[in-house]
This record gives sequence, structure tokens and C-alpha cells, in this order.
Amino acid sequence: MDVINLSCNVDWNFIEEVAKESGQNPSLCYQCGNCTAGCPYTQYFDYPVSQVMRLLQSGQKDTILNSKSIWLCATCETCTTRCPCEIDVAHIMDTLRIIARRENRVSEKDIKLFYDTFLDSMKQFGRIYEVGILLAYNLKSGHFLADSDLGPKVMSHGKIHFFPKKIKGRDKVAKIFERFQDKVKKHD
Amino acid sequence: MTEREYAYYSGCSLEGTASEYDASMRAVLKELDVNFREPDDWSCCGSTPAHTVNHVFAAALAARNLALVEKIGLNTIITPCPSCMMAFKKAQHGMTKSESFKNEVNELLDEPYECGVESKSALQVMYEDIGLDAVSQRVTHALPGLKVAPYYGCILNRPPEVAQFDDPENPISMDKILLSAGVDVRDFAFKIECCGAAFGVVKREMVNQLTYKVLSMALDAGANCIAVACPLCQQNLDLRQGQVNSTMGSNFNIPILYFTQIIGLTYGLSPKALGMDKLIVSAEQIIRSRITVEELKKREETEAQVKAKKPEKKPVKEEAKPEENE
Repeated sequence: MDVINLSCNVDWNFIEEVAKESGQNPSLCYQCGNCTAGCPYTQYFDYPVSQVMRLLQSGQKDTILNSKSIWLCATCETCTTRCPCEIDVAHIMDTLRIIARRENRVSEKDIKLFYDTFLDSMKQFGRIYEVGILLAYNLKSGHFLADSDLGPKVMSHGKIHFFPKKIKGRDKVAKIFERFQDKVKKHD
Repeated sequence: MTEREYAYYSGCSLEGTASEYDASMRAVLKELDVNFREPDDWSCCGSTPAHTVNHVFAAALAARNLALVEKIGLNTIITPCPSCMMAFKKAQHGMTKSESFKNEVNELLDEPYECGVESKSALQVMYEDIGLDAVSQRVTHALPGLKVAPYYGCILNRPPEVAQFDDPENPISMDKILLSAGVDVRDFAFKIECCGAAFGVVKREMVNQLTYKVLSMALDAGANCIAVACPLCQQNLDLRQGQVNSTMGSNFNIPILYFTQIIGLTYGLSPKALGMDKLIVSAEQIIRSRITVEELKKREETEAQVKAKKPEKKPVKEEAKPEENE
């Protein structure tokens, strides 16, 4: 782990912001390490989840929001389930990801792109169009052949629908997106 | 079981890559005399991507569907997919716990959601409402030779405060349901380890490594089949099994069946109706091994008779030897 100078870049507001938005109290964490011990992704994280909690307690906003860990967390809920202090750790990770997104600092651009492509599909059709998402993601990410080996398998087993299922109320779903975006604009 | 009627929310993936889960689920629920109706014009629950944007937004996308259920006058929804179920349970939990959260969510909706719908996974409905006795009563066929590792994945039972079902560390509902259907179930240490979830496309190597562990542990437990209750787990373990073999140098060839497909087989339903042909790793051997319960009984009786006629060589009786001098 990098050496972090705790004295010169503490952001107390950040601790407050995360606590308020997540409804959790990060100061309850006493670094037992249960979350990290159970985390299936810890080997891929740049900071294990218990270190993210410690960084949060010491207001290390930049380090946290620029970390890969917050994007590589898949919300499997192991940390939350095993926390002896009953902190909803996964919810904190989720909140950190939301703040990183809001501040436009995304360390794992492909993951965000995949999520956005998913949501675009939902906004457009009301339901998810799997083939469309994969194709759009491959084009936008530049990984043109991602999972192309699976195509023939999926097709030969008839596991695919080639056209989107458009629901009648897709304008209603799109409206949820729009109302949310309006709300965000008002707050800015 | 009581004459209840449920709303049935299949979710987007059950219309596409997990269509066999939908087919087998509907077939099994029908066999179990469960009345269910689909809410009209349901939309995607938002799944993982929505809660990386905003919690109110995510809850609204889920709550639109719960409001549709209220509209058709039902109060329990069956969701086969754990990701949809968690989206619903989290929206419900957040909205009942906090009035201001509820108001914020409803501000995004055309029609407000009054919080009157309980979401249950199909597994929870079978375990709690239908009951193990009813599950076992319909069994007409056996699957001798099949050894199943029930794989729950991560969010079916967690976090416990929201899921409110089974044990978060050692769930047993699927084990018991499969046992009731007469299936040989193996205790499986990795039953709740994450398979890599939605990162398949973006972080393929990571998912391959995680699924490799799950597959290896199932084999170590003596299983020759894994039962799942999640479309994403199924996809990662089945569709990506070839990728796992090429990246990890392994040689897995283990069928990954939805638990409803296994139950459907024991109910004598046709493999086609259960979507068995949609599985990537072939389940042909499992299908061919299927016999009726009567046939199995006959087979066991004949085996017992053969054993009785040819008694095994009696082990030489060890007579109590006088203790040797030390």
C-alpha cells in the first residue's frame, strides 16, 4: 500500500457526506478485517475493503474516489453480513461509487461504461436487450471482440432474442430517468 | 398449501439467456398448483447498474414494478432472479423504513407505490409457502447417479436484514428442496462464494478465476452437477466454463442446472419443456439416467436379492487374542 500523508489532506466534509448519504457511521469500524477476509474480490482491489473504511475514517477523499476497489466491488454483501459492528459496508462502497460517478472520477471506465450501456438500453426499451448491450459496449469500449467466443454457443442453443422487447410503458420508464436527471440539475 | 395467488416477475434475463429458468419455473409452479399472474407491462428492475447511480433512482425503477403488482390487487411477488429480488427487497426495505425516502422515490413515479408488496425468491416461496411435503408429493421419477452441489450465490440470502430468508452463511433451503425431490445433495463449502456477478463481460479473467474455484470445490465435494437459482451464476458457470478451461488449464465438464430443472425432471416433465437443450454443458447423461420411482424400487430390490443370494465372504472372525506380552 502507498504511504499516505494523513496530516495534509484530510477532508472532514467527505466523512460527513458519506455518513449522511449512506446512513452509516464509519467511525464504528475498528479494523477487525472480517470484511476483507470474506471479500471475494480483495485480490483485485488496490485497497482492501477494510483499508477503504480506514481511509474513510481519516477523510482521504482523493485516494478513495480514485481507487479501483470501489468499482470492482460487486455488492455481494459478504462484508455487510459479517461486520461485527453492523455497518452496511457494501452500502458504503455503493455510496462511494455514486460520489465518484457524480464527481466524474472513474478509475474503472469500462465498468462504468457497461453499467451506462445497460441503463441506456433500459431507458430506450423499458427492458433489457442483452444483444444490444453487448454490441454497444463492445463498440464504445473498443473491445470489439469481447466475448465473441460465446456468440456461437449462445446462438446455437437458442438462448438469445435478436430483437428488443419493447414494452408499452417505455415512456414511463424513460420519465423516471428524466425526473431523476431534473432533480440532479436542480441540486447543482 | 393455502390457495394464494402470487404475482410472477420473470425479469429481463429470463426472457433471453435464462429462458430455460423461466420455462422450468413456470412448469414446476404449475405442477405445484401455484396460482400466479404476471404484472402487466413490467419493466427492468434496474439491477446493479442503477444503484451505482443513485439509491432513490434505483428504488424508483424497482418500485414501478411493485406498484404494478399493487394495481392487480396482489401482495406477494415471486422473482426467480436474485438481482431483481434484491432490487425489490431493497426498495421495499428503504421505503418502509424511511418516510422521506419513500416520498423521494414516489416523486419519480407516475403512480405512487404504497409499499404493500412482499418480494420472495422462487426458492423462498417453495420453502416457506408451498412446503417440502408438497414438493416431494409430486415426485414420480428418480435421478440415480446424480450428485448435486446446491450453489446459492451471494445475494439470495444476504444481507440478512433485507433478505429475511434462510441462513446468510450456511443456507439450506435449496438443499432441503432438492432432498425432498429425492436428489442426492452434497454439502458444498463454496455455496455462497460469489461467482463474479455482472463482471463477466468487462472483467472476464476475474470471473473465470472465481468460477474456477466454485467449480473445483463442487467437484471436491463429490458432485457431478451444480444446482443454481440465479441466471448470472448459471451464465458464469455454464456458458463461461469453456473460458475457464482455456484460461485456467482445467478440464471441467460439469452441468449447471437450475434447481427448477432438476425438480421438473423428478416430476417427469419433458426435458424440452424444462429447456434442458439450452444448457451449454450437456445434461444428456442426467436426462438419460432418469427412471421412474417404481423402476428404481425394482432395481434396488433386485440388487438386494442378488446380494442376499451371494453372500459376501464373511470376514474372518477375529478371536479375542490374549494380549501379547509387552
